[in-house]
Amino acid sequence: MLAFTLRRAIQAIGVMIAVGIIAFSMFRFAGDPVNQMVGMDTSGAERAAIRKSLGLDDPVLVQFGRYIGNAAQFKFGVSYQFRLPVTNLLIERMPATLELAIVATIFAMVSGILMGVYSALRRDSWLAHVFQAVSLIGISLPTFLIGILLIYLFSVTLGWLPSFGRGDVVRIGWWTTGLLTLSGLKALIMPAITLGLFQMTLIMRLVRAEMLEVMRTDYIRFARARGLTTRAIHFGHALRNTLVPVITVAGLQFGSVIAFAIITETVFQWPGMGLLFVQAVQNVDIPIMAAYLMMVSLIFVTINLVVDILYTIVDPRLRSTVSRAH
Amino acid sequence: MSDAVVPHKVEGRGAHAAPGWFKRALDSDLFYSFRRSKITMVAAAVTLLFFLLAIFASLLSVQNPFDPAQLQLMNSRISPLWTADGQSPFLLGTDEQGRDVLSAILYGMRISLLVGVLGVVFSGALGILLGLTAGYFGGAVDGLIMRIADVQLSFPAILIALLINGIAKSVFGNKLDEMSMLGVLVFAIGLSFWVQYARTVRGSVMVEKNKDYVAAAQLIGLPAPVIMLRHVLPNTMGPILVIATINLALAIITEATLSFLGSGMPETMPSLGTLIRIGNNYLFAGEWWIVAFPGIALAVLILSINLLGDWLRDALNPKLR
Amino acid sequence: MTESILSVRNLQVEFASRRGTLRAIDGVSFDIAKGEVLGVVGESGAGKSVTGLSVIGLIDPPGRIAGGEIHLAGLRIDNLPAEEMRRIRGKRIGMIFQDPLTSLNPLYRVGDQIIETIRTHLSLSETAARRRAIDLLAEVGIPAPEKRIDGYPHEFSGGMRQRVVIALAICAEPELIIADEPTTALDVSVQAQIISLIKRLGRDHGTAVMLVTHDMGVIAETSDRVAVMYAGRVAEIGPVQDVVRNPLHPYAKGLMGAIPTLAGDDKRLVQIPGSMPRLSAIPRGCSFNPRCAFAFDRCRVERPEPLSRGTQSVACHLYDTVPAESAA
Repeated sequence: MLAFTLRRAIQAIGVMIAVGIIAFSMFRFAGDPVNQMVGMDTSGAERAAIRKSLGLDDPVLVQFGRYIGNAAQFKFGVSYQFRLPVTNLLIERMPATLELAIVATIFAMVSGILMGVYSALRRDSWLAHVFQAVSLIGISLPTFLIGILLIYLFSVTLGWLPSFGRGDVVRIGWWTTGLLTLSGLKALIMPAITLGLFQMTLIMRLVRAEMLEVMRTDYIRFARARGLTTRAIHFGHALRNTLVPVITVAGLQFGSVIAFAIITETVFQWPGMGLLFVQAVQNVDIPIMAAYLMMVSLIFVTINLVVDILYTIVDPRLRSTVSRAH
Repeated sequence: MSDAVVPHKVEGRGAHAAPGWFKRALDSDLFYSFRRSKITMVAAAVTLLFFLLAIFASLLSVQNPFDPAQLQLMNSRISPLWTADGQSPFLLGTDEQGRDVLSAILYGMRISLLVGVLGVVFSGALGILLGLTAGYFGGAVDGLIMRIADVQLSFPAILIALLINGIAKSVFGNKLDEMSMLGVLVFAIGLSFWVQYARTVRGSVMVEKNKDYVAAAQLIGLPAPVIMLRHVLPNTMGPILVIATINLALAIITEATLSFLGSGMPETMPSLGTLIRIGNNYLFAGEWWIVAFPGIALAVLILSINLLGDWLRDALNPKLR
Repeated sequence: MTESILSVRNLQVEFASRRGTLRAIDGVSFDIAKGEVLGVVGESGAGKSVTGLSVIGLIDPPGRIAGGEIHLAGLRIDNLPAEEMRRIRGKRIGMIFQDPLTSLNPLYRVGDQIIETIRTHLSLSETAARRRAIDLLAEVGIPAPEKRIDGYPHEFSGGMRQRVVIALAICAEPELIIADEPTTALDVSVQAQIISLIKRLGRDHGTAVMLVTHDMGVIAETSDRVAVMYAGRVAEIGPVQDVVRNPLHPYAKGLMGAIPTLAGDDKRLVQIPGSMPRLSAIPRGCSFNPRCAFAFDRCRVERPEPLSRGTQSVACHLYDTVPAESAA
């Protein structure tokens, strides 16, 4: 178990180093950092001075070591557009993105599992067909179109919900939350639905397929032969066995949710990391792009690691094979 | 009743053993399942229609929306023809710059489809090449390529495409002309979607590699990769076709998303995504048609391609994961 | 025959398929007395398992019971509402499936699955049910049951898992156990143990057993009576020693010839030529006629009905016209 965890952790570090190389190459080789920082009228001598102060004349390996060292301490340099440390910019916007992603994931899991279970158990009901149709549309409609549609319906036409921003936020230490104010909650509804819809579709399809698969297994047939109630079979046995892979996938998807938040945040002008990233791409603000890549990768890798470990705890078969194999 | 049909059909197939490919296609299971699914037939018709509209956009449009000389500001923000303020010949109204929305959609669709198709071709070629390389050489090369594939697969394509886009802008400078932007988009999409092809082809190569004919080919001095290519590709044609169809929808979504985020096609040569981005600014002013029609066009296009892809996957039933 | 626990009369089971309706069971009748072990034997696809599943009411769509009656101790059960049938399953009829490796839910402790079943059918407290579960595990021969009860299925060997499955099948003291190929998936060395366990439990609790298997050897060893099935029908049924020593139906003769015996080295193993027809292509008349060495014109036209011959009952035209002795 420990060896397994350790091996996964080493793999995770490997991935982070690879991402670090990409981030560093972006920073160092995609355009000249000095040109990005200074104005047109800066003299050659001044440029050379800046170049030296940034350590850009050092051997590439030294520079890379320094970059990774700084990154490990969450120092990603200064944004070209804002002239502020990238880390501060990201930290400031992180709560907005995380809150949005978490609420969207909860929404996606709850509704996706409910819809999936229903359409697996009542396969031929009209509602199950409606769910199937919704899932096809959920996959086919680009996220930003869903967002625009919601804004048109609930902001422009009905005037019920705000079309942009986070509403009023409450500051708790360095964290800001919109969950404690009415306007914050209202502002969260549409972005969370927009962001969660695709995941919901995914989870629903997965739950339905898995559950149908599980219902065909021998142990469900045997559970029926034992005379267990339909309720116990569906919700005790079938659902539990369905949820193990589903929760794994949903967990792994959390990283994607954060990345997909880029689009949702742009549609709703949500002041999160994604919006910052999109602006950085438009303005070629490489330090922010590189830092965002590193941050998202870190979140990805951490979640992967946690899910891997959790999975072995949830599924007793894996637990013992893992401990036996090592 | 149906009992009698089945053996008859089997005999019928044996009877004319070598018909033309067209007849064979009509007789195939694929076509049979196509004919049985009405929704697939509709989806295919719509997809075909959209491709035709895009190809013949210049014949069907009242103006060339990419040509500023043809746009007149006095025609700006006209609502669709059937509303009170509608004006001929602007069937779906006009936008801020006096651009006919229908013409813009037709031309925009052309861009969207072009980027989508080129992106799919590029990612397919890249994926097949890398899959062949990984499967054929094995060892460290295989390990490296598949590791990259694993890592990349866990990152959403849109993030990768955005990053590539940003890097390209940084390398080439912020002001790219329209055609180079199109190239950058194709490149970004291609690099984002190669993994599935590579995995499929690699799997097939691994199976074929140990077969006798490869050793035999090497013995008589034939280049094994060429021989394998001729065996591997037909085997993987089905799955690749399915991946390509589904990826066409994904590529179009990705392009539209990038353009919507302002990192795609510029407003001087808008794709559907760019049109939606432009139209979104007028939503609150009540000029819904500027965003609604490009949005509907995009949604219907993607839905049709997805339906085709779903059907193709079920009909060919390759093991896709 | 004394008081019968299970009585199946003219059972018909159909499966709707794309090619039309297939009849998997066509007019099967048999009885099982209290405490009796009935072996049901036949090739795969003969309808043995489907018969077992219809008795316990687990035929799933597209399959359905199309005709006939099933009585459990006088109560007709083939047309009971789902909820009432559910109450009978596990309580009055226990079932053992072929593969113990897949019969248990891998995510639940063995004990939880037994306790769940006990508490579904008997009003016992959690602790009482747990005590009973431990007793059951001990009874089916699992060592250190008070410890093993908290194990997960994957921690048990195949044979041990099948013992757990048996404990689950008998945990509410059913009157009838249906064992569907209970030893097929097990090692040969374990098979005998499981068979003798089922036999012993049946005897101790006075439980009737319907033992479905393709292994005539297993049946000869355990059963009181045997039903030989072929293509969805009962070809022959009778006391096991009579059917083994003096099979009447040509198919049963072939089947008995296929049992390897230690002593009879001069008797070659007999093989029945050909294979059983598919459900979609069952021949007219007697379904065995294309493979039968004794087939005559009538066999190709008319379906044979069961005929009584002493203790045995046989569905064969040979016995309708000619006395039983001369057929052999």
